[in-house]
Amino acid sequence: MKLAVMVNEGPYTHQASDTAYNFIVAALAAGHEIFRVFFYHDGVNNGTRLSTPPQDDRHIVNRWSELSKAHDLDLVVCVAAAQRRGIVDPDEAKRNGKDSDNIAPGFRISGLGQLIEAGIQADRLLVFGD
Amino acid sequence: MSETKKFMYINRRPPYGTVYPLEGLEVVLIGAAFEQDVCMAFISDGVFQLKQGQDTIESGMKNFSPTYRALGDYEVTRIYVERESLEERGLTEADLMPLTWEDEDDDWAEKPSIQIVSRTQLSDLLEEQDVVFNF
Repeated sequence: MKLAVMVNEGPYTHQASDTAYNFIVAALAAGHEIFRVFFYHDGVNNGTRLSTPPQDDRHIVNRWSELSKAHDLDLVVCVAAAQRRGIVDPDEAKRNGKDSDNIAPGFRISGLGQLIEAGIQADRLLVFGD
Repeated sequence: MSETKKFMYINRRPPYGTVYPLEGLEVVLIGAAFEQDVCMAFISDGVFQLKQGQDTIESGMKNFSPTYRALGDYEVTRIYVERESLEERGLTEADLMPLTWEDEDDDWAEKPSIQIVSRTQLSDLLEEQDVVFNF
């Protein structure tokens, strides 16, 4: 089955990102296709490479980046939600006059159209959040 | 993209305590460009999002309620409000903004977008959907 996933909460504060990750790992292992993972609301905070959790805890951001690399996952961060919360790629930094970027490897910033398209293209859209 | 799916956007939170309603509305407006079969539902404290006369000056929050009036121009013409949720909060349809849309097949007649539906009716509508977002 072709699945799309939406993650609406940030890392550590809320379990949504962990559950989405675990779901995707299981879905891939079962042979399903992940069309796209879309990060919205505070979910965009999953895409900062500046996160430094304690060493005895899981590294949620790196885990997403590694999963993306291993399975060629499309991890999309909503641009409008990202701008509010300070998640920035090099293009956005330039456009908005910021002194740096912080997007993690494997993530890209794009518009909400990517979420709607995922809803249309996928057999199921799964939403993780409150 | 020729495929058309049924999209429902459910709103269940009060308008200003969190950013979900504002960002949820942004999804609806962007989604309108994709020409899908779209409707919205307002349940629970979400019915407060449609209340008339919202004033956010004292709280410093952005009053985005005028945006709901633009939904008709985005061809979002079916806005379901759950009757029980209104009643539980002491509200009636008269407390809500009069949202309308213009029907091009009926000489651009202005028609109401809001439909008050029962919890049971809403449950049936939910059953019909292909894609459900809830904010």
